[in-house]
Amino acid sequence: MQAEPVLVLGLIEACRAVITANTDHLCALDCAIGDGDHGSNMRRGCEAVSAQGAALSNLPLPDAVEKIGMTLVMNVGGAAGPLYGTLLMEIGRELRARDGTEEFPIVLKKAIDAVARRGRSHAGDKTLLDVLYPVQDALAQSSTLIDVARRAELSANLTAAMKAMRGRASYLGDRSIGHVDPGASSCALLTTAICHYFGENHRG
Amino acid sequence: MTTGNAANVGIVIVSHSPLVARGIADMVRQMVGDCVPLAWSGGNVRGELGTDAGGILRAIEAAWSDAGVAVFVDLGGAETNSEMAIEMLGAPRSALVAICNAPLVEGAVIAAAEASGGASLAKVVATAEELSP
Repeated sequence: MQAEPVLVLGLIEACRAVITANTDHLCALDCAIGDGDHGSNMRRGCEAVSAQGAALSNLPLPDAVEKIGMTLVMNVGGAAGPLYGTLLMEIGRELRARDGTEEFPIVLKKAIDAVARRGRSHAGDKTLLDVLYPVQDALAQSSTLIDVARRAELSANLTAAMKAMRGRASYLGDRSIGHVDPGASSCALLTTAICHYFGENHRG
Repeated sequence: MTTGNAANVGIVIVSHSPLVARGIADMVRQMVGDCVPLAWSGGNVRGELGTDAGGILRAIEAAWSDAGVAVFVDLGGAETNSEMAIEMLGAPRSALVAICNAPLVEGAVIAAAEASGGASLAKVVATAEELSP
């Protein structure tokens, strides 16, 4: 798989920008059912990745993705660090192991399953998995980028009806119902930003 | 802060709060003395409420014992980040670290008491986990 420095830098910046623009929103969502720091945690992680942008963009793509994952683990804190970190580290490892011979949806599925194991969560537990699995499904069905982004946003909104089974929100029981999950929301924002970036810079 | 008898199981305290982590470590130290390797990690990378996989990894290394290390955590992210830290420790040492499903304060104190007598990691973990409902 070819390293694409401009692609890596562009994606990092797109993700950093969307998290920065939505830091307060994500913190507000987290205040309702968590400890209120998801937005600032994610921003700290994105800034740490951004600070390494030049070095990351010179690495082969699997190495860059894996290193971004480790940077998130070391800087995000909270449960989101290991979860997003596991996702990216596994994507990197799968890309390297398969040398680009397997389709990305399959790589993503394996990485999402690793996130599920890490968090001991399943679809429907009101976590970022409730966005990741639908996004993976949309990609596997070769949906357009616009449809993938829409599916992510819709899926995040659907977590409002769910009762949290994992994480801090699970202590609230039924009181978690009615609130969008912060992790699902950040996941949808990142997915949308990535889809828009590819749409504008590669092809629709 | 690794003092103690390296033949005994080490204890690591992980809390979202640096004050809680340090306070429990102080309490354990006062109750069992210097005979167990002991370290703590509290807060995120900025010292705010949260947990930090890198900090937990350093604590495990500081409390390292060839007999193993028992880790005590407070809330969800502490457990997930501790698992991440244990993986980063790498084999074969990662197999000698256990996260205990036990109350943080009582679990750490009773585990340290057990460890101070030279008990195995399995015994230390089992004794602490008896406290869980």
